[in-house]
Amino acid sequence: MKFSKEHEWVKLEGNTATIGITDYAAHQLGDIVFVELPNKGSKFEVNKVFGTIESVKTVSDVYAPMSGEVTEVNDELDANPALVNEDPTGKGWIVKIKISDPKEYDQLLDEAAYKATCE
Amino acid sequence: MSTYIPHTSTELQEMLNVIGVKTIDELFAEIPNNLRLNKDLDIPCGMSELEMTRELTSLSEINKTVDKNVCFLGGGAYDHIIPAAIDHLLLRGDFFTAYTPYQPEVSQGTLQCIYEYQSLICSLTGMDQTNASLYEGATANVEAIKMAEAQTGRKKVILLDTINPAYRKVIKTINGAQDTEIITLSFEDGVCDVTKLARAIDDKTAAVLVQYPNFFGCLEDIENIAKMAHEAGALCIVCANPIALAILEAPGNLGADIVTGEGQPLGVPLSFGGPYIGFLAAKKALLRKMPGRIVGKTLDIDGKQGFVLTLQAREQHIRREKAGSNICSNQALVALNTTIYMSLMGAEGLKEVALHCFQKAHYMKSELAKIEKLTVPFTSSFFHEMVIKVPNADSVLKRMEEKGIFAGIALEKYYPNLKDCILLAVTEKRTKSEIDDYCKYLGEALK
Repeated sequence: MKFSKEHEWVKLEGNTATIGITDYAAHQLGDIVFVELPNKGSKFEVNKVFGTIESVKTVSDVYAPMSGEVTEVNDELDANPALVNEDPTGKGWIVKIKISDPKEYDQLLDEAAYKATCE
Repeated sequence: MSTYIPHTSTELQEMLNVIGVKTIDELFAEIPNNLRLNKDLDIPCGMSELEMTRELTSLSEINKTVDKNVCFLGGGAYDHIIPAAIDHLLLRGDFFTAYTPYQPEVSQGTLQCIYEYQSLICSLTGMDQTNASLYEGATANVEAIKMAEAQTGRKKVILLDTINPAYRKVIKTINGAQDTEIITLSFEDGVCDVTKLARAIDDKTAAVLVQYPNFFGCLEDIENIAKMAHEAGALCIVCANPIALAILEAPGNLGADIVTGEGQPLGVPLSFGGPYIGFLAAKKALLRKMPGRIVGKTLDIDGKQGFVLTLQAREQHIRREKAGSNICSNQALVALNTTIYMSLMGAEGLKEVALHCFQKAHYMKSELAKIEKLTVPFTSSFFHEMVIKVPNADSVLKRMEEKGIFAGIALEKYYPNLKDCILLAVTEKRTKSEIDDYCKYLGEALK
C-alpha cells in the first residue's frame, strides 16, 4: 500500500488500483456523513479532484493519487458513509480504477514517508 | 416628523459619548470630504401615520386592479379565487413573518408547516422530495438546471421556446453567466418540434427544460421528451402549473427527473408580480443536489414526533464555496399561503378548480371561434390558456380595457412572428356572463 501527500492510499493489484483515504485523514475529518462518488467509467488525471467527502465539520475534496478510469465505486458508502471512519483502508475504500500509468505508483510515498508528513 | 431617524438629539449624544466621539461629523471623519454629500437628502419631510395612509390610499386608487376589472391575463400569474380563510390564518402573529426559521428547531409549528408544504408538492408533482420552496418560478428553473449540471457533469441545456419568455431571460442571466450553453428550440403548432429536439440533444446535454402546460397553454408530450432526454443521458426538467397538475398526469409518472414551477396559482394574490413562490421537487437520486433547506420528520428521545431541518447545514455552513447553490433560505410565508390553500381545497377541491378552468376555457374557445376575423393559430390540446389572432391586436386590447376587461397579453413583443396574437387565460373565477361579454365586446371591436 502506498500513500499520497493529499492523504489517499492506493493498493495496486495488476492494473487495478483501489483508492481510499487514510486513517489519519478520516480521523481529522470527524464523523463522515456523505461521500460523493464519481461515475463508473469516468476518467481522471493524477492530482485532480474526483470526489468529495463531507463530515459534520467540513467538506474535503478527494484527489486522484494516480491517473485512470473508474471501474468500480463503493456503493455501500451511499447508505453507510461512516464505513470510511470505521475501516478507512478496508470496507471504507472509495473507488477502483484501471490505471493508465504504472510509473505514477513509484512517485507515491511509502508508509514511513507518509507518516512523517502527518507529524 | 421632519426626519426619518427616530432617535432624539439627546439619544444621539448619549450614543456618541459611549463611542467616545463628540459629533456625528467626527464619527464619519474617516470618509474623505470629497466623497460626502455635504447637504441634506433632497426628499420630502416624513409624514404622520394618517398622512401616509391617505397618500398611499390615493396612490393605490390609480391602480387598475382585478377587483374592478375582469381579468383574462395569464402568462405566469393567474387570477384564481382565494378563500378568505387563507388570510385569516396567514396573518396570525405566530405565522406572520417572511423569514425562514433561523433557529429552526425551536419553531416546531413553522417547520411542520414547511413539512406539510413539501408533502403536498411531492404528491402534486409525483416526485420523491422537494425543498422548503424558492423565491419564484423563474429561479426554480435556474436551480433545477444547476442540479442537472452537477448530476451529469455537463454544461449544455436545451430550452423549448414555448417556455415563459421571462423564465428564459432569467435562465440566460444567471445560468448563462455561469457558462451554461443554452440552446433554444422553436415550436411547431404551439408545442415542441420533436425533430428539432432530436437533432439538438447530444452527449453534452445536461437537461431538456419543458413547460407543462407551456406558455401558450398547450400540452407538451412530456413522456416522449423525457425519453429522448434520457436516451442521451440528460435529465428532463418539467416546469409545471400546479393547478393543472390536479387533473394532468403527474410529471413524475411521465419520466420527469425534476419538477419546478410558480406556486402563485395556489391561493397567492397577484399583487403586481410578487412576492410569489417557486417550487422545486426531484427524484430521490438528486437528493444531494437539492439547494436550499429540507424539513424532515423525526422522533425525539422520548419518542415524540418532531421536525428538523435536514441537509441545509451542509449547503450553507459546511460546503461553503463548494456549495452547488447560494440559496440558503426559503419563501416561508408564501409557502404557508399555498399550504393553507391546498389543505383547504383538498385533492377533490383542487381537481374541481382545475376542471372549472379547463371547461370554461374550452367553452370560451368554442364561443371565440364563432367570431369573424378571429383565428386560433394552434390546434394542440390546451388547459386553461390559449392563443387567438385578431387584426390590430393592440388597439383591440385597448378597446377591451375601456370596457373593463383585461383581454390578454399581446405576444408580438416576445415572439415577433406571432404578430396580432393574444394570449388569454380563463380561471374558475370567470363566470359564463363574463366570458360571453368578452366574446360580445371582442366581436364588436372587430366589426
